[in-house]
Amino acid sequence: MESIKRAMARAYLRCEAVFEFAFGQRNNPFVSLGALGWYFYWIVAASGVYLYIFFDTGITDAYASVEYITHDQWYAAGIMRSLHRYASDALVIVVVLHIFREFAFDRLRGRRFFAWLTGVPLLAFIYICGISGYWLVWDQLAQYIAVATTEWLDTLPLFGEPIANNFLNSTTLGGRFFTLMVLIHIFGPLFMLLLMWVHIQRHSHARVNPPRQLAIGTMVALLVLSLVFPAVSQAPADLDAVPTTLGFDWFYLVLYPLLDVIPGGMLWLYLAAGFFLLAILPWAPPAKRVPAAAVNLENCNGCTRCFDDCPFGAITMVPRSDSQAYDAEPVVNANQCTSCGICAGACPTSTPFRRAGPLQPGIDLPHRGIAALRDELVATPAAGGAGPKVIVFACDASDADALADTGASVIRLPCVGMLPPSFIDFALARRHADGVMIAGCTEGDCQHRLGNEWTNERMARRRDPYLRRRVNARRLLLSWLPRGSRRRRRALAEFRATLAELDDE
Amino acid sequence: MNRLAQVGLYVVFAVFVGYFSIAPPYRYSDPGLATLKLSFSHAADRVTECVKLTPQQINERALRGEPLNECERERLPLTVELEVDGARVLHRVAAPSGLWNDGPASVYERIAVEPGRHTITARLRDTARTQGWDYEYSKTVDVVAGRYFTVTFRAETGGFAYR
Repeated sequence: MESIKRAMARAYLRCEAVFEFAFGQRNNPFVSLGALGWYFYWIVAASGVYLYIFFDTGITDAYASVEYITHDQWYAAGIMRSLHRYASDALVIVVVLHIFREFAFDRLRGRRFFAWLTGVPLLAFIYICGISGYWLVWDQLAQYIAVATTEWLDTLPLFGEPIANNFLNSTTLGGRFFTLMVLIHIFGPLFMLLLMWVHIQRHSHARVNPPRQLAIGTMVALLVLSLVFPAVSQAPADLDAVPTTLGFDWFYLVLYPLLDVIPGGMLWLYLAAGFFLLAILPWAPPAKRVPAAAVNLENCNGCTRCFDDCPFGAITMVPRSDSQAYDAEPVVNANQCTSCGICAGACPTSTPFRRAGPLQPGIDLPHRGIAALRDELVATPAAGGAGPKVIVFACDASDADALADTGASVIRLPCVGMLPPSFIDFALARRHADGVMIAGCTEGDCQHRLGNEWTNERMARRRDPYLRRRVNARRLLLSWLPRGSRRRRRALAEFRATLAELDDE
Repeated sequence: MNRLAQVGLYVVFAVFVGYFSIAPPYRYSDPGLATLKLSFSHAADRVTECVKLTPQQINERALRGEPLNECERERLPLTVELEVDGARVLHRVAAPSGLWNDGPASVYERIAVEPGRHTITARLRDTARTQGWDYEYSKTVDVVAGRYFTVTFRAETGGFAYR
């Protein structure tokens, strides 16, 4: 399983490098796949509401109303119809890429299983909504979908009489099923929205909007596509005629041709097995259990910074349980904590300058404490030898091993968000280093969701805990790059050159 | 950031979405053939015949609120056959539906045939007999390429019907 993930991650990184060249890090569509999914959902929903105004929900008049939408009112409803279709197709693309990417970068196991598991039924809902939408046009493709779907459903032992009989010929055609499809196509997306909300429940500060520039660019692309190549209906449905060659939406109907070669019951079985396998992937194999962050009430004043910064909503603030004169205290939900250490990095007591007593922050990782981090920093050889000395604080996902032979001292962290800004000050002020490099994941794509974003803000003195003013910003390098990127070594070399210039000044 | 590369990638995205939303076309059936569709649901006889109750037994049961017949639930399977110009194109034994095999059996089949004039014969067995048929219907019809020809069955209206 690990080798499959590695191979997939390599493929993604290669592809993403191309997109990063074009879009830059923050606007790279690959780091906003989930947000793009939300974005396409809203486009589909908004265009669907507009189309519903002109759509006739009766089976006999549906086709004519869609023709009116497409041709008579091409400048508004027609464009909306095309947007409705193309945004739905784009939704499938980003969702499939999102699923494989989360798998490849191992963001589904352990305490992160929840988003994955709740995403599995979402996938089914996307298809139910999309397929029911094609049904409503009541053209030849809709006829094919109606017949093929009901024939396929009839292979399940659910119905006393074949439901495909509803579409046997033009005399048996009734509006019952069509009305059912209209209802499914309206209430399906609403239920899907509920599931999408559940899907991000364990993500605080969930990104449900793509960066503005990417959103505008994508919308323009879809609009141009809608104008140049508008979505149109096929010939009207005729239940006495056999559909022969059909224009096919392969994003939604990819399974249907399989019904020509695989018995319907068997295809249900494969589909159920596929969904089951998808659902159990977070436990294949189970993640190694890492201790959750622990609160040390003695040093906690209930400032809520850990609560604000936790990317997985694992911390809640509750009324104080000890005798100290503070209002609240944090409580860590061990089932949601991914042990990223971002809470420890946010804690104002995580300062290496502290001298009175042992360094024990208000919240800390039991297996990788802030005190041990200071010890590791202090143990690095002092600066002052030949050339500037650089300490690299690198997250586990950043492939910092590649910097081992550069002469820099590399200190690893679960996430760079665990690094309190006071450590930069400490490293420079106490002459442990001439410069500090923070090596983390690509911007907007932190392995622990928000580590590099919070670090950026803390170092820019926009988020508590702030980097002290006395720190020379030129002696700090924030390096946000994809894992395995060769640019990291180059960035380090350039940083050294800058530090040498500073020392010469 | 490279604007030109961005535009290029947006074009690739739009072409990818636009193309696969309608192409390549899928060929569902051969336009040179007609399709026979056989579809119906029908409950066959019960495996064992109902016990005939006397009028007195019926009265007693009615007073006690019990069922007025005494029947095993399980039904026989249906056997159905379809011939085109004397050649058998379908022979199917359809099991009754339901957990207790007490519901109607359903048959739904699509069969491609050459267009033209054909004699189509449909046969059905819904009793315990092992030889012969309970329903049989034969008619010479014209089937047209690219059109459905449907064969249905309703015991209440006398058996098979062609359209």
